[in-house]
This record gives sequence, structure tokens and C-alpha cells, in this order.
Amino acid sequence: MSLDILLAGIVNGLLIGGIYVLVAVGLTLIYGVLHIINFAHGSLLMAAMYAVYFLWRRPIGLDPYLALPIVIGGAFAGGYLLYRLVIGRMSHGKDENILLITLGLSIVIDNAALFFFTGDTQTIEVPYAGRLIEFGSALLALPKLVSFGAALLICLLLGLYMRFTDMGKAIRAVAKERQGARLVGIDVEHIFAVSYGIGIACLGAAACLLMPSFYVSPSSGHAFVLVAFTIVVLGGMGSFVGALLGGLLIGIVESVGGLQFGEQLGQIGIPLIFILVLLLRPTGLFGGRT
Amino acid sequence: MLTVKDLSKRFGGLLAVDQASLEVPEGRIIALIGPNGAGKTTLFACIAGFLRPDGGRISFAGDDVTGLAPHRIAVRGMVRTFQITQPFARLTVLENIRVGAYLRTPDPQAATELAKSVAAKVGMESRLDMPASDLTVAGRKRLELARALATAPKLLLLDEVMAGLNPTEVSEIVAMVRAIRDSGVTILLIEHVMQAVMSLAEHIYVLNDGRMIADGAPNAIAADSRVIEAYLGRGAAARIAGGAAHA
Amino acid sequence: MSGRQSIGVAACVLAAVLLPLLFAGPAPLIVRSNYAVNFGFLVLFTAFIGQSWNLAGGFAGQTSFGHAAFFGIGAYVSSILHVSHGWNPWLAWPVAIAAGGLVGCFMGVLSFRAGLRGSYFALITLAFAEVFRIGANSVPFTRGGLGMLIRADPRAANFQFRDPIWFYYLALALCCLSLAIAWWLTRSRFGARLAAIRENEDAASALGIDAFREKVKVLTLSGAMCAAGGTVYAQKYLYIDPSLAFSVDKSVEMLLVTMIGGIGTIFGPLVGASVIGVLGEVTRELGGSIPAVKNAQPLSVILYGIVLVIIIGYMPNGLLGLFRRRRALRQAATANAS
Repeated sequence: MSLDILLAGIVNGLLIGGIYVLVAVGLTLIYGVLHIINFAHGSLLMAAMYAVYFLWRRPIGLDPYLALPIVIGGAFAGGYLLYRLVIGRMSHGKDENILLITLGLSIVIDNAALFFFTGDTQTIEVPYAGRLIEFGSALLALPKLVSFGAALLICLLLGLYMRFTDMGKAIRAVAKERQGARLVGIDVEHIFAVSYGIGIACLGAAACLLMPSFYVSPSSGHAFVLVAFTIVVLGGMGSFVGALLGGLLIGIVESVGGLQFGEQLGQIGIPLIFILVLLLRPTGLFGGRT
Repeated sequence: MLTVKDLSKRFGGLLAVDQASLEVPEGRIIALIGPNGAGKTTLFACIAGFLRPDGGRISFAGDDVTGLAPHRIAVRGMVRTFQITQPFARLTVLENIRVGAYLRTPDPQAATELAKSVAAKVGMESRLDMPASDLTVAGRKRLELARALATAPKLLLLDEVMAGLNPTEVSEIVAMVRAIRDSGVTILLIEHVMQAVMSLAEHIYVLNDGRMIADGAPNAIAADSRVIEAYLGRGAAARIAGGAAHA
Repeated sequence: MSGRQSIGVAACVLAAVLLPLLFAGPAPLIVRSNYAVNFGFLVLFTAFIGQSWNLAGGFAGQTSFGHAAFFGIGAYVSSILHVSHGWNPWLAWPVAIAAGGLVGCFMGVLSFRAGLRGSYFALITLAFAEVFRIGANSVPFTRGGLGMLIRADPRAANFQFRDPIWFYYLALALCCLSLAIAWWLTRSRFGARLAAIRENEDAASALGIDAFREKVKVLTLSGAMCAAGGTVYAQKYLYIDPSLAFSVDKSVEMLLVTMIGGIGTIFGPLVGASVIGVLGEVTRELGGSIPAVKNAQPLSVILYGIVLVIIIGYMPNGLLGLFRRRRALRQAATANAS
């Protein structure tokens, strides 16, 4: 592979990696606070992407970037209710059950999509999709660049929110010490639901940022969930910095791997990294808990 | 039977056990006492293989067992119980004990018979079909004891087996432990319940802040000023002696 | 097993052997219906591979999300040997079974040596299955995404049967074998040790159990069993591809039937497979009868997902667990009353 192509692969990988960061941040937040592995993460992202698609279609015709506030808000509300009504109720506090419950949810969501939307892939066409920006010797698609910037901006805002607002502090308190938080009067169930909601809201944002450049189909959920898990495991469960670096790294691995080994085989890098990390360094690069 | 020499265990910056040594001769009941947080359970965990010591040697029945995996140590005949009981919750009392019995025999019939006889020894023969999760604290302690006993151990490490029991239950367990020793099992126990320690132990080791500060016969230990100070604070020994002088 | 229970089981087996003769076989007594026989095959077959999952996930407590890896290996090894190398499928079958066992051993050694438990173990098995799926999709000797077609040549010597009743009987035999294996587990030292590991691995170690070795052993057995199923599947439907053989859906199916019926019980997978089979048929019928619905298949899968959530939430011990609890409560009540 020539250096030019390699560089293009790396840059492209970084761009999509930025959006992966957003997906991973949601997952790691949910794990850090609720200690649950949200298997439904990929399916919910797929559902959000379909929402973006339908908002874009006539008669609504909303541009995906403009749809950000709506989708983020809707995703948050959906996540909050999903936790409160289903996950919180069914888990009875046992962490192992939650993996199976979220697995069940992902099955329902994936197949509901299959049933209502059929197996076809859907894409959206935005007028600026073809616009290319020069970056050194590489030509970058404008939507990818914008999405990258937006993803990192949203991550930054989320970080500030977690650090400086009362809710953010409450969430971090619950993440660190559940019982202690209860004792000082924090409504832990509510915080759990809010955290889950924020995690899903990140997916809503990611959906808006992905749709201009990628397609969606009912099987997208499967593809995304393993990528998300790999990033979070690589970066360390519960670590934001880990999600950031992990997301960018995985984006690059996926992109370069696809160039080197082809579309099909290139994907094998993701589960292989996942396996290697779990076998060799399960806490990931920055994680503390096992 | 068991010799621990200069054992140390560190957790990051904390030295939980600092060059502790002890000796358990065959057929005796030896006690390890000390204030909370002294490092007793950590020491036990190192001896039984659940933690890897950072220094020192452990030799059991003539072999060096330092750093061996827990199941290998159990196979050699040194078996521990847990401070917070760890029953096989969804199995019955009989099934729990039988797991221990299976260490010595592969035959289900023989293991069941062995389990039943061990259950009788600890007074659980009427509760064989009860799920372990339904037992009271006292019942769980007996189950823990029975399970370990079923493995036909040479040395039993009992970690606070009296904790949470009322005085009657304590006397019953004390009698049981003595009977176990009389049947040929060596015993090393961690205990806070002084009633039990004084009546059972032939030799006592005292651990404080990870260091072994005294060892000797029960009466000597009870009067040892270092031991008193470990439990009651500095100067307590002098105060007690002074108070006795004035009385 | 008590005498009455043994008679009950024998009666069921006899019924299972004789009933399909009403619809198929050399001289169907009522009416020829391959539908009924194929339904029976599917239920018994799913019960068989579900039981393979149950050994590791139920008896030993090691939840796996990647059992499709074993299933797919079995299907592909036998198919590649048969289609590309001319082996007789009956001879390829034991090789496929051994391959499944080997993969199980490999996965177990790696995962358990690294100390992976619970959710982490579940996810790594999923990742392994994914590696196999992507690999099978990309290498030439598996025909990639096109999948492998086995040439139809329905002779018994060729592991293909013109009359579906023979596949039914094969599935029945395998199901009975799996029940026997599960029953043996409940009365053997191996099974008792697995139960101990499942309940409390540290306490089990303290009693001399080499948890690593026992877990690897059960995963090897589970893998071999599941791979056996893979070959049967390939021979019945004469087609496999990576998305059928290595899919998450396949793994979930094995998990689901076991959890519905009763995880860690002998008959759990069979009960679960029957329930799923009936639910699936009913949903497909109802769904198909609605004119707007083009493809009713996802509907039944949606139902499975909902059922899974409900089971975990309200009956984690499955249907058999529910009956057992009711019976225990009733016994306690009569004991108290007397």
C-alpha cells in the first residue's frame, strides 16, 4: 500500500473514528454509572439512524444536521423511558441479567426494523454530500469533516456538562459510590435513567452525523455493537479518555484494514482486537474496574 | 505440619502482612488473633493460595506450597473456610457437603455416604435436603465446616467460624472443633470470640498491623502488655496494672 | 430417577417414535404431512443444540453468546470435506464433531486462563463467532458469502434421506442422547463440580476443584455436541452460508430455548424448543394471514426477544423452574398444615 493511500486511509479512519467516539462515550457512560453492558447499543443506533432517515424523507424533509436537536432530545427521552419502564424493572439489581435483557431488546429492535422496513439499505442524499475539501494531498468529503468536528464538539460539551453541572456531579457521584449517593439524598434510580438517556442521546447525535455519509439497514445494529464494545474495552470501561482514543484508533484500524484486506476481511480486525484486549489487558488502556 | 516463614503481602502502598511467621505442629489447635484490620485474613488467603505472597515461604507437610493455586493446596490436605460464608446457594446441604467429599472419591454413592456421615458429625443430618440459601447464619457456619471436613483435610484453616453466633452456638461449635481435632485434624483458626480462643487454643499468635507481635500459651498472651496495647491502645497495659494496684 | 418418572419418560419416547408414523413413513396412517414431521424435526433438533448450550451455560454457569461458532464449524467442516474432498458425510461427521470439541477447548483455554467470567466471557465468545463468520465470508474454500450447496443425492449411505421421517428419527435419537448426557451430569462428580463452580467458583477452588480444567472440559463437550448438530443441519437443508451458520441469531436461539424451558435442567431445552416451535408457527400463521404483511418471519423473532426479556424479568428459572417452585411451595404448605 502506497503512503498516499495509507495516509488517506488514516485520515478517513480518524473522521469516522470521531463519530465512533460519540457512540463509545454513550456506552462507557452507561457502564460507568449503571455497571451494565448495554447490548442494545447498536440496535438503538440503528433505530436512531432510521429516525433520521424518515425525518429527511418527504414530507418532512429535514436536513440531518438540522435534525440534531430533535433526534438528540427524542433519543434521550426514549432512553430514559426504556430504562425506567423496562431495564430498571426487569433487572432486579442483578448485573448479569441486564446483558440478557439488553440482548432481548436488541433482538426486538433489530427484527422490528426488519419487519417494518425490510432488509433494504437506505441512504439519504444531501446536496453537499459530494463536496470535497483539500487537506494536504488528501481529498476529504465535507460531510465527514463536519460530522467529525460536530462529534468532538458534542463530546466536549458532554464533558463540561459532567464536570460543572449539578446533574453531572450527581451522575459522577452515583458512578463512584452508589450507596453513598443514596445516603446523601440522590434519587439513584432517576440518575440511572438519566445516564441511560444521555447514553442514548449520544447515539441520536451519532445517527445524525453518520447518515450523510453512510447507509442504514436492519443489520447495522450488529455491526455497530461489536465496534462499540471493542472501543470501550480497548479504552477501558468507564473511561472517557479511553473512549476518545479508542474510538479514533478503531476508526483507523477499520479504515486501513479495509484498504489492505478488502471490505469483507478487513472487518475481522475489530473482533480480533476485542479478543486480544480481553485476553491480555481486560481493564483496557485507561480502565480501573474489571 | 505448617510452617510460615517471613511472609509478606503488599497491596500497592499498603503492607498488609509484614514478615509474619508461625508454626502449626501436627494435631494441635493454634489460634491467630489480632485487632480488626491486622491482616489475619490476608495471611490466611496467602497460606491457602488465594493470594500470592510478595515474600516469605510456606511449607506444608514438608513441601513448599508458596504460591500454589488454591485447589492444589486443598488437594494436599490444607483446606480453608471463609469469614463470610460461601455456600453453594442453590444446592442442598447434602449436595454442598458432597462437593467436598468428591475430592477423595469419584464414586457418587461413596461420596453421598461420606457426606451424610460428615453432616451427622456437625449436626446437620436433619437438614440434608434444605437449600443452602435457606440456612441461618449458624447453619451456614456448620455447613462451611462440614464441607471442608468432607475433604478429609490434614489441616483446617478456620476463618472466624464463630462470628455472628450467640454464646450457646459458640459452645456447640467449640465442642465440634475439639472433636474434629481429636479425630486427627490439625487446626489453625482466626478468631475474635475470646471465649472460644481461650478454651480451644493451645498456642496463640497475635498479629497487629501486619506484624506478629507475640506468641505463646493463652494465659501468657492474655497478660502480655503488647497484646493488651494492640487491642486497647498505648498505655492501656500500664493503666490496667496501675488500676489493679489501687484496687 | 424414580420408577414413575422412568415410566413417564419411556412413554414419551415411545410416543415420539410412533406418532410421526401417522403422518409419514412407509404407510402413513392418517394423512401424509411432511409439515408435521419437519416441525417435529426442528423442535427435537433445536432441543439437541440447546442442550449443548445448557451444558456450559446452565450446568456450569458459563453463559456463552457465541455457540454458533461450534455450530458453524461443524456444518462447514463436514460440508467442505464432503463437497470439496469427496468424503462420505457419515465419515466427515466425527471429524466435524472433533473440530467442534477442539474449538471449544481452544476457546476455553484462552478465555478461562485469562480469568474471564460472566459478561466478559459471554462477549468474547461472541467475538470468536464473529471472527469465524467474517473469516468464512472471505476465504475461498468456504465459497465465501455464496455459501456451500450440497448436491442432492438422497441415499441413506450419503447422509441424506428422501423421506423426512428419517431426519426426524435422527433428531429424536440425538435429543435422547443429549438428555442422557444431561441426566448423567446430574449424578456424576463432573456435574457436581460444575454446579459448585457455577454457584461459587472461589469456594469450589477451596475444596480442591480445578475450576479451569473443569470449565475447559465442559466447553469442549458442549462444542463437540453443537458441532454434531451443525453437520445434521447442513445435511438436512443442503445449504449453509456464514450468516446462517455463525450468526448471533443462532447463538441466541440455543440460549433462548434453554432459558425459557429452564436453565440448568435436563428437560429445559426440550420444553423451550417446543414452546418456541409452537409460538413460531402460530405467529407465522397469524402474521401470514394479514395481507399487508410480506414477511412474517421477523414477527416470530420479535416475539422471542420479548419472551427473553420477560423470562429474565419474571421467571429466570424458566418454565420448569416455575413448576418446581410451585410444587415446593405446595409441599411446604401441606407440611406446615400437618
